[in-house]
Amino acid sequence: MQRSFIAKNPSVLIFLACLALFTLIVTVLSEGFGVGVISTSFVKTLGKTLCLCLVAVAMDLIWGFTGILSLGHFAFFGLGGYMIGMWLMYERTRLIVVESLSQTEIPATSSEIIDGIGNQIFGVVGSSDFPLIWAFSDSLVLQLAMVVLVPGVLALVFGWLAFRSRVTGVYLSILTQAMTLALALYLFQNDSGLRGNNGLSGLQNLPGVTASQDEVSLWFLWASALALGLGYLLAAWVVSGKLGSVIIGIRDNEARVRFLGYSVETYKLVVFTFTACIAAIAGALYYPQAGIINPAEIAPIASIYLAVWVAIGGRGRLYGAVIGAAFVSLLSTWFTGGQAPDIPLGFYTIKWVDWWLVLLGLSFVAVTLFAPKGMGGLVDLLTQRKSPNRHGANLGPDDGALREQEASQ
Amino acid sequence: MNTLLEVSGVSVTFDGFRAINNLSFQIGDAELRAVIGPNGAGKTTFMDIVTGKTRPDEGRVIWGDKSQSLLKMNEAKIAQAGIGRKFQKPTVFEDQTVQENLLMALKKPRGWLSVLMYRPSTADLEKTANLAKEIGLLDALSRKSGELSHGQKQWLEIGMLLAQEPRLLLVDEPAAGMTPQEREHTTDLLLEAAKTRAVVVVEHDMEFVRRLNCKVTVLHEGSVLAEGSLDHVTSNQNVIDVYLGR
Repeated sequence: MQRSFIAKNPSVLIFLACLALFTLIVTVLSEGFGVGVISTSFVKTLGKTLCLCLVAVAMDLIWGFTGILSLGHFAFFGLGGYMIGMWLMYERTRLIVVESLSQTEIPATSSEIIDGIGNQIFGVVGSSDFPLIWAFSDSLVLQLAMVVLVPGVLALVFGWLAFRSRVTGVYLSILTQAMTLALALYLFQNDSGLRGNNGLSGLQNLPGVTASQDEVSLWFLWASALALGLGYLLAAWVVSGKLGSVIIGIRDNEARVRFLGYSVETYKLVVFTFTACIAAIAGALYYPQAGIINPAEIAPIASIYLAVWVAIGGRGRLYGAVIGAAFVSLLSTWFTGGQAPDIPLGFYTIKWVDWWLVLLGLSFVAVTLFAPKGMGGLVDLLTQRKSPNRHGANLGPDDGALREQEASQ
Repeated sequence: MNTLLEVSGVSVTFDGFRAINNLSFQIGDAELRAVIGPNGAGKTTFMDIVTGKTRPDEGRVIWGDKSQSLLKMNEAKIAQAGIGRKFQKPTVFEDQTVQENLLMALKKPRGWLSVLMYRPSTADLEKTANLAKEIGLLDALSRKSGELSHGQKQWLEIGMLLAQEPRLLLVDEPAAGMTPQEREHTTDLLLEAAKTRAVVVVEHDMEFVRRLNCKVTVLHEGSVLAEGSLDHVTSNQNVIDVYLGR
């Protein structure tokens, strides 16, 4: 009677196989270890796309499965990036400062070194002292823990306040937007301690690593693929069990779940915090590949893009979210990168850099109206999966207690 | 017979409208009770109060052997204490199979960690199969519950209630929209359930109430108008005036 997890969810195996194949092909074609067909910058784009796919999986868990349209998950993504960026920047600056001070005749004291690092990092915002939040930045282990802890605690506190007062639906979405906007505005300030609108930069250079970017880009691609694979597996395992049943139940009828004896608020909080941690890990892998993070990355619009990817890819199925994020973000790179050919109409030339957002918006509306299952719905055409026929759903006491046959007469 | 639930002196006002007015109600350990009354009599609000959805302005709701007050508990806690509720409209989780619906309702720890680690044991699967048999959905175990007919959804919801193993079942219009045969089956299910637990049925349909053959409470304008056997209350002049006479 009991079948294994993989046997019940063949899509997980297919997905993992596709991901492994993709990683292998990119490696073989790369400049670092392969024949050099794919440029290093494109390898980075692909690696970043894998991270976006991972945060889309998190978004699908919270929106597609639990029914909470969070428009703030990019805040957690960005925070994860900031946390790893602090160590990368500190450590690399330290190496440079130590190197330059070693030229002097008198050996530098440790306080001179720390002052030097502070000057280098914070000179741009007119300061040289380390703010309190940089206290752990000299330790990779602690800073890696902060990647999960800081966004996790923020999500826990925010979620506890929001869910406890039973804020739902569009009001919750607005609250999450307010959260990410407030965070972005705070980080924009020079005295926020994270270099204001300059953000953290030079993150692509790993301290103490002499390998070229050709190789480093592949390391990150592999790490991103591994994180996506593990994240997908974990998410699929969570939703395949009874917890999955409960959160889908919360999406479809919150009150009913409550009367079954499940504490809906606790479940929402758990999923919200869990997905925030996944988003943070994705961000921590993304920004070393991007090389720079600044507060604009966590502007409200970023989280809305995330929802658009998941909607276009198909809510409520994990591979849909991955397909949506990969397809739309790569397409977006192509259009906004100036690679898409302009379309001359004689009287007007459509420049895709300007018109891409319009196209994206239109396709979002079109998907919502005409294909609510998104691109993932195409898989149903192949596997002939049918959605439940909801006849009779609205019959009952409210419609004069008609049976379906009576109602149709 | 021990009193399982005691509601006394409860009043609720919605925007100045008194939905429940000094209502008192008692039910014993293994008792079947029908609650009837015209629209707006406060039948559903009464259920909302007992299940914790609505907080009354005044009054007491006392539950069980330890005489706990239900007014301080939230919906989930009340459900865990042993009160199950069936809504007017069949509300099952349409995107999930009949078996998943039943497994979710089975009496098990409700904390998120134990739910996360939970994998159905053979005994649990057997239990759901037995329940499915009882409600006539054995063949439909692996079907999505959204595909079921209206009557089948009602049964599934009753099955989910039974899976919860509550000590008190609150059932809101279980026979609405059912064929005569379906109604008979529903009556049997409720009578069977009432042997081991308390069941409160809210119903409009007199024929259905007659078949339940139990004590009847008539509500009117938020308080109890009459109580007793069906014949007793239907011969009560007040009841005839406000309800049956129309």
